[in-house]
Amino acid sequence: MPRPTLRTLSVLTVLAFCVYLPLVFFYAPIEAEEGFVQKIFYLHVPLAIVSLCGFVLGGLFAIAHLRTRESKWDLRSYVAIHMSLIFGIGVLVTGSIWAHASWGHWWVWSEPTLVSFLIVMLLYATYQPLRFAIEDPERQARYASVFAIVAGAFVPMNFLAVRLSTSYLHPRVLGSTSNLPAPMGYTFLVSLLAMVLLFATLCMYELAAKRTRILLKSRSRILGYQ
Amino acid sequence: MSLFAVSTFVVFHFALNRTTVSGDLAAGVLWVTLLFAAMLGVNRLFVADAEQGGFDGLLLAPVDRTALLIAKALTLGACLIVLEFVAVPAFALLLSPPLGGGVAGLVAVLALADIGLAVIGTLIAALAVHTRARDLLGPLLALPLLVPVVIGAARASSPLLAAAGAGAGASAHAAWPAARWLLLLGLYDLVFGLIAYAVFDFLLED
Repeated sequence: MPRPTLRTLSVLTVLAFCVYLPLVFFYAPIEAEEGFVQKIFYLHVPLAIVSLCGFVLGGLFAIAHLRTRESKWDLRSYVAIHMSLIFGIGVLVTGSIWAHASWGHWWVWSEPTLVSFLIVMLLYATYQPLRFAIEDPERQARYASVFAIVAGAFVPMNFLAVRLSTSYLHPRVLGSTSNLPAPMGYTFLVSLLAMVLLFATLCMYELAAKRTRILLKSRSRILGYQ
Repeated sequence: MSLFAVSTFVVFHFALNRTTVSGDLAAGVLWVTLLFAAMLGVNRLFVADAEQGGFDGLLLAPVDRTALLIAKALTLGACLIVLEFVAVPAFALLLSPPLGGGVAGLVAVLALADIGLAVIGTLIAALAVHTRARDLLGPLLALPLLVPVVIGAARASSPLLAAAGAGAGASAHAAWPAARWLLLLGLYDLVFGLIAYAVFDFLLED
């Protein structure tokens, strides 16, 4: 049954996108160096921020799971990581498009944020194979939580390591958020808000779907069929 | 593991079509080989315990479960040190990187990287031993986690293995690795050592 919060979240997200997209296309000024393509920044950077926070959130939920042993925390941890993985694919694709448009290459090793993000994605891509390679459900949840905690701690460490190792041959586009002019700043904040809402809504949908499936499975087992 | 490392150096000779390597290339060849040899060790680390009831024995004994983490990490570290006693001279012999006075620095980098490899290797081995495709999943999980170790170790050892006077600036020969890489490796070892210590217990319940 649909919870009231799911509907309000969905409506809020749609509204946020109705504000965010026109802002990006019509209000935000066109950047002098890169032109219109720079506007992918309002899609790429919020996706990245939300995705990374989602990974760390998955680690936090995993800590809660290990402390309380309640499966609801494990479910939340799984959904957070799963959704962040999907958002992360969006980050890599939009990052590639932006890299090709501004620097002419589809992939650039000298942009540390893109490289460290790739490594984080490679790590979390192993989360689902790990989960589904363990049959016992309680052990699966426990091991997945341990992995989520280790991986969550790895995210900042990895960024530090990659940032130390890259030489800044290309201009640091992503590091210039501190001196954004006001219209770009407002648009960026709205886009970040819209992405956070989208992440939360999609996570709630996935949680609802999983809970329903679990409920259905237990009910049909009680009733005797399947 | 040592034999694997020596064979890998031979493969690298053919794959790169060179008789000597120096600088970044030498550091890369050395660290990739050590990394994959460590993966072989990781695969075998907990297999005997899983198959012969070692885990159950530990749970029954009145000892802190973290003792297994420390024991296995020390074991893996010791295996890596033995491996390096064979592999690094083999590397020097087969691919002749210009070592000069950088041996002490190389030893320091190897020591710090070994600690990181041992800690993460033990943690991931414990995670992977109960899964279905344990030989595949172990390296798959460990490789992204070990990227900071590879970055720190390779960048630190690259100037130590550079040809003397080959060019100013980036790859000038040095005797001691840059402090930032040693700090990175040290920080990584500390953070993941503490995390492994904190979560290892949860991996050992029935």
